[in-house]
Amino acid sequence: MSWVNAIIQGVLVGGLYALFACGLSLMFGVMKVVNLAHGDLAVVAGYVAIGVITVAHIPVLWSFVIVVPVMAVLGYVLQRTILQGALDRSVLATLMVTFGLSVVIENGLLQFFTANSRGIGTGLALVSGSFSIGQIQIGYLLVVIFATAVVVLLGLQYFLSASRYGRLIRAVADDKEAAQLAGADYRHVFGIAAAVAFGTVALGGIAYGMYAQLAPTTGTDTILLFAFAAVVIGGLGSLWGTLLGGVVLGVAQQIGAQISISDETLAGFIVFLAVLALRPQGLISRGAQS
Amino acid sequence: MSGLPNGERPESGTPLLEVHDLVVHHGQLRALDGISLRVFPGEVYAIIGANGAGKSTLLRTIAGLHSPTSGSVLFDGTDVTGLRPERRARQGIVMVLEGRRLFGSLSVEENLQVGAAFAREGPWTIERVYETFDWMRERRNQSAAQLSGGEQQTVAIGRALLANPRVLLLDELSLGLAPVVVQRIYGMLPQILAAGLTVLLVEQDVSQALRVASHIHCLLEGRTTLEGAPAGVSADQVEAAYFGLAGAAPGSAPERSEP
Repeated sequence: MSWVNAIIQGVLVGGLYALFACGLSLMFGVMKVVNLAHGDLAVVAGYVAIGVITVAHIPVLWSFVIVVPVMAVLGYVLQRTILQGALDRSVLATLMVTFGLSVVIENGLLQFFTANSRGIGTGLALVSGSFSIGQIQIGYLLVVIFATAVVVLLGLQYFLSASRYGRLIRAVADDKEAAQLAGADYRHVFGIAAAVAFGTVALGGIAYGMYAQLAPTTGTDTILLFAFAAVVIGGLGSLWGTLLGGVVLGVAQQIGAQISISDETLAGFIVFLAVLALRPQGLISRGAQS
Repeated sequence: MSGLPNGERPESGTPLLEVHDLVVHHGQLRALDGISLRVFPGEVYAIIGANGAGKSTLLRTIAGLHSPTSGSVLFDGTDVTGLRPERRARQGIVMVLEGRRLFGSLSVEENLQVGAAFAREGPWTIERVYETFDWMRERRNQSAAQLSGGEQQTVAIGRALLANPRVLLLDELSLGLAPVVVQRIYGMLPQILAAGLTVLLVEQDVSQALRVASHIHCLLEGRTTLEGAPAGVSADQVEAAYFGLAGAAPGSAPERSEP
């Protein structure tokens, strides 16, 4: 029974990883930006949520109504300024710039908020409560996070396939020059894509703060790594691949934890390595998707 | 514009597009060396020349994809040299790139929708494109990548028309297409012109260019070697200008001959 439990927990936590991964995948798919500050930005979103909840007395669950737009605006501004500036030079420059951004954010957080870790909404019934099916205990929170991930991916899919800006984002990702000649300013379109990606980052950061604890280093040592693993396992550039990748990663971790609690993270990365070695295009390759 | 063998150009009024003494560098290479031209409304202006003569560079510079080292591009009397390509497109300078360049992960209709996204007011709508190219409607949901070369070229033209351009820049329409397909695509030109359009095209296939153009302009290594109405230039003159043979015919305009 504990194995069944491990698999169910793994699937559910995969939703959290998909929230981390879909923004990373979108930024890479559209702008070819590998955002090494992705995890740190999720942590920033979590800290903003904590601030909003304590200062403005907004219910914990509704903090995203403020944090998501704030992060989306930040995403647009960052893309139009330093990320676009780096892109104009080379793809390698974007790696260095986002790495620098990551270092600055992490140290900034350490400076202002100390190294103490903090959670979001600890004590809420939603966060600590659970229900049981037979002998299996399932936390409410993980179910909500998984459902959120599915809704986010459905929303992204609808946005990209059916909206005017979604269509422009795909066009610009295909051929920047041809899109310019149709009158589209690709820098603005990139900004929109970054805003959407940062919106998902915000949700990921808040969800992680409720699921576990946020510390200034959580961004790089946990969120970014799991996001990368989920993207690579699922297949680069594939939206639903991020959910599949997240689920595979989550299940591998939970099964590893069943064997020995210290093997949890290791098991996830062994699967990650195995996929890289045996199926480097990921479980859902982009060619198969389109 | 000296040395025109006969004055068949519609030189009435002001030119729609003017290029003054354009110099463009690709790194160290001087790709265009002092090119000037004037395109009048309703014209089909063809730029011919061998590979590497600078034809595509000229078109791309007019569209705003390259910045010139010196010289200027005027559109309807206004200097657009400093404008980004998307601003020029919205003002009516629209280009069909060499190699079709459709959005491969978008459907035929989505390609057309992107073309119409920032369109000016004008006669072209997606409905009208479907009426003009009737096969397109039933294949509108197909991925653009699945079309044949000729079909892709037609969609690329349709996508450009949907912006309702005032001047349409066509770069090497015939490249990589079967002759019969090229004939069909050039056969559509009169229909397009009927909607009140000016066309500036680049073509390696000289006989094709001579057939459709009202004015030809030959480039050789970034310089003008011949200019005139197709009826007014002989095959020998064109050959000499195209290949840069010594002793080019007397009717050919020497490069940068006059202000």
